[in-house]
Amino acid sequence: MSRYFTEDHEWVDVDGDIGTVGISEYAQGQLGDIVFVDVPEDGKALSKGDEAAVVESVKAASDVYSPVSGNVLEGNTALADDPSLVNSDAEGEGWFFKITLSDPSELETLMDETAYEAFVAKL
Amino acid sequence: MRYLPLTQPDRDAMLEVIGAASIDDLFVDVPEAARLSGAIHGLPNHASELAVERHMTALARQNTVAGEVPFFLGAGAYRHHVPASVDHLIQRGEFLTAYTPYQPEIAQGTLQMLFEFQTQVARLLGTDVANASMYDGSTACWEAIGMARRITRKSKAILSGGLHPHYVSVAKTMAKYTGDTLETATPQLTADTDIDTLIASIDAETSCVVVQYPDILGRIADLTPLADACHAHKALLIAVVTEPVALGAIRSPGEMDADIVVGEGQSIGVGLQFGGPYVGLMGCKEKYIRQMPGRFCGETVDANGKRGFVLTLSTREQHIRREKATSNICTNSGLCALAFSIHMTLLGEAGLRRLAGINHAGACRAADRLAQVPGVELVTQSFFNEFTLKLPTEARPVVRTLADRGILAGVSLGRLYPDEAGLANGLIVAVTETTTAEDVETLAAALEEVLA
Amino acid sequence: MSINQSGWRPKMTAANGNDAAPTFTGNRALMLEEALIFEIGDTSTTGVDFAEGDVAGSRLGDLSRKAPIGLAGLSEPETIRHYTRLSRQNYAIDLGLFPLGSCTMKHNPRLNEKVARLPGFADVHPLQPVDTVQGALGVINELAVWLIELTGMHGVAMSPKAGAHGELCGILCIKAALEKRGEGHRKVVLVPESAHGTNPATAAFAGFMVEDIPATADGRVDTDALKARLGPDVAAVMITNPNTCGLFERDLKAISDAVHDAGGYVYCDGANFNAIVGRVRPGDLGVDAMHINLHKTFSTPHGGGGPGSGPVVLSEALSPFGPLPFTARMADGHIQLIEEETAGDDHPDTFGRMTAFHGQMGMFTRALTYILSHGADGLRQVAEDAVLNANYVLRSLEGTLDAPFAASGPCMHEAIFSDANLAEGFSTLDVAKGLIDEGFHPMTVYFPLVVHGAMLVEPTETESKAALDQFIGALRSVAERAKAGDTALKSAPHFAPRARLDETLAARKPVLVWKEPPLAQAAE
Repeated sequence: MSRYFTEDHEWVDVDGDIGTVGISEYAQGQLGDIVFVDVPEDGKALSKGDEAAVVESVKAASDVYSPVSGNVLEGNTALADDPSLVNSDAEGEGWFFKITLSDPSELETLMDETAYEAFVAKL
Repeated sequence: MRYLPLTQPDRDAMLEVIGAASIDDLFVDVPEAARLSGAIHGLPNHASELAVERHMTALARQNTVAGEVPFFLGAGAYRHHVPASVDHLIQRGEFLTAYTPYQPEIAQGTLQMLFEFQTQVARLLGTDVANASMYDGSTACWEAIGMARRITRKSKAILSGGLHPHYVSVAKTMAKYTGDTLETATPQLTADTDIDTLIASIDAETSCVVVQYPDILGRIADLTPLADACHAHKALLIAVVTEPVALGAIRSPGEMDADIVVGEGQSIGVGLQFGGPYVGLMGCKEKYIRQMPGRFCGETVDANGKRGFVLTLSTREQHIRREKATSNICTNSGLCALAFSIHMTLLGEAGLRRLAGINHAGACRAADRLAQVPGVELVTQSFFNEFTLKLPTEARPVVRTLADRGILAGVSLGRLYPDEAGLANGLIVAVTETTTAEDVETLAAALEEVLA
Repeated sequence: MSINQSGWRPKMTAANGNDAAPTFTGNRALMLEEALIFEIGDTSTTGVDFAEGDVAGSRLGDLSRKAPIGLAGLSEPETIRHYTRLSRQNYAIDLGLFPLGSCTMKHNPRLNEKVARLPGFADVHPLQPVDTVQGALGVINELAVWLIELTGMHGVAMSPKAGAHGELCGILCIKAALEKRGEGHRKVVLVPESAHGTNPATAAFAGFMVEDIPATADGRVDTDALKARLGPDVAAVMITNPNTCGLFERDLKAISDAVHDAGGYVYCDGANFNAIVGRVRPGDLGVDAMHINLHKTFSTPHGGGGPGSGPVVLSEALSPFGPLPFTARMADGHIQLIEEETAGDDHPDTFGRMTAFHGQMGMFTRALTYILSHGADGLRQVAEDAVLNANYVLRSLEGTLDAPFAASGPCMHEAIFSDANLAEGFSTLDVAKGLIDEGFHPMTVYFPLVVHGAMLVEPTETESKAALDQFIGALRSVAERAKAGDTALKSAPHFAPRARLDETLAARKPVLVWKEPPLAQAAE
């Protein structure tokens, strides 16, 4: 399984043709206390870069873009009850949705963990 | 000028601190061509309190005051007695001259009031939650249609013929720009509402059905079958209440499973004021709160653990979400919401139910009396405090004639539906606790004369 | 029936970490705690006496209410005390300077309140025959005349209920005008980054695509960028003037000309009209539509968040598209109400109705009273004193706080500062909360978005020099503490009815209505 990042601070873990998407540890730190997450419906077709989810802190709402194209398999329902999971475990329990990749070659345009760390360091 | 405290020595001293030679130096960024050299055309110079009051009082005297004549107008705005305490309390400077409570530590008065208001409104409408007010009933109604579109992701709204025609007009205006499709109808001068027709017209494309309760002619009907029909087609039922006092006597739309309930709150605490400012009420089922427009006040705790209140769920709103906001509304109707809340607190449940009972009983008596006028027919059979009469002639000139005699007889359907010849003989009559038996007798006698 | 059957009361004395000497009641002398009406009232109490008599309902069909509503009632003395106690937990203009930038919190004259309550205005129904409301229509008409004169425009739409509603009115006029010209394909509205959030929200509502226009380093709209973006797809530009950085947009006339040449319209957000009333007429700057917040410039009270009133003045090009209803004075002096019925002949291009009735009559009477009280000389003095007061604040504090546009020349009615020179870890929020302890409402914070950690101060013209000096002293003191890293500021306010409130908790688990506490709590 490998993990990729976007410049918009989404991550995607890929296992076969299934991707798990969330926002990075760095992003959750920037947003502060997360109070609400709106995850996409099951079956929703997304193209790479589409607005897929919304993450809200008290004073800000941010769109989360899909890092890859495909169909949404499921949203993380645990976030509805406990959006703070994004704060406590952004790159684990705080995942947003799972997606069936329609074009795995898109992953080539994303950053790996090392590249992302370097990218964040420059911000 | 009495509202401007700076003296000329103050101004001079301040200019010196600023380092400007004159006031004009502070306006250097205004291009010469844009500066107004002379005075405002035609506007006299400042005037004393006495002079201004005299001018305004003269204008006020040109109006026929509702409270000074037999008065029977309703159709979306109702004359009720407002206890003196209400107007006293809303004029306390700490309420009157406060801003939107963006700094909660020094706005707990407004915030707690809003929390109480939301609770009162939700209970009255029968919804899980309510927001902190909208501009008025008509704009709240439109916002509810937009909300239903966002929730259902469908855009065909079916509007009952019993919905206030001005509310329909507002919705039509907005729908032109949002791409919603509206199915509208005009009311029929019959005892029955159009609920059966509405049920038959719901299909898979329908986002919502909008029904007024009591409707524009004063009719009431059980909304439960309509709610069931909406839900069977994944559509929402929006109920509109223009006379909230009615809910002291009849079941609330929320109890009948309406999904969004909006209302005009003017009847409670807010006077007629020639149409505004009023206060829009808006409540819904809890699952839809993220799609609600407007402000919410929510309970929380402060750093010392004390209960307190804040504006919350603000990410729906324009100042954060900008072009993706649920609505562009910013300023709402806070002071009118306060008046509503104070009046409702004074009434309490017992008072509201008693008030509703008095209204209904008075309306029943008036309907019976007016139906005895030769040629006059009572159209509405089930109603609260407002009913529709069918006159043997066009109602509009009759209303004008009676106004000349110092009687404000009601709202003619010709005024509201000028293009509908079939409605021209209709007259909507509202009766509240402010209407006396003598008023009714005066109207009946005058009608007998005019119609003879 | 008691609503609160458990008899539970909020524990006012609980968890008062700061209280050295807790009191039995939780009150602190004049600082009085107050429970919710649902905790102190019940459903059988009423503070209103009604006439005796039988009220048996007979025509409610089967809809007669059976279930209780759950509305708490209080007697009249308890009601007066409840709301009086609540009122004392609010800051207000009547208590002190209220420096909220872009909000224009000025003194609210009480004559205006008195006039609005004259029965001839307050007790008149919107659907009375027009012959019985000539004075009310006269107020609308007279106010309309002065608003047109003050702005140098051609017409005015009076019915919008607040500023944002007025923006919508103006944008809908523009949309209707474009469609009439067959140019409904113009889909883009240009909005500067510094705009109020209502601007993009309004344009988006009307179906437009919103594009940001950047600001220059001196805090104004980047005119070159704006002109470069104009083209056949641009419907309108929405500009705030004076802008939200407190600066006059010097190039507005040139911008207007360029927009018009490119076939678009200019919408001006009039929220900041107070700075120029009586001195500059937007109509002379090529503006096509501008809303006027009567609750700002013309001093109708803010009332804790409304009601407002947002008449929209319109250019000759847009006036035919304005909403219904409106008033028209006939040659014989009679005032006619133009509604759907008569619009077809006189006003065929109207975009329609925006609200059920005629707009905020109660605000019209107040605003007209205000205008007549000030007169031509007084209104001009309003703008001059408002600008003078803001510049006085700017120059008195620019040595203490970072003032990003201090070098851009004089400000207009508001002065902007930033958190740039505060100590590490200190932010605008700490300065704002520190000001609360000094007895002032904070300024507008974190707006406009183009300035990091913005503090926008609008003193208005109704403050005396002594009041300004005290405010300046307080803000300077708090700023110095924030620069020195005084950690006590991080937990300010210390002397307000509440300490900082947990907004995260409120948003994560929204509690929007009161619910009966579980009976178990009564045993605590």
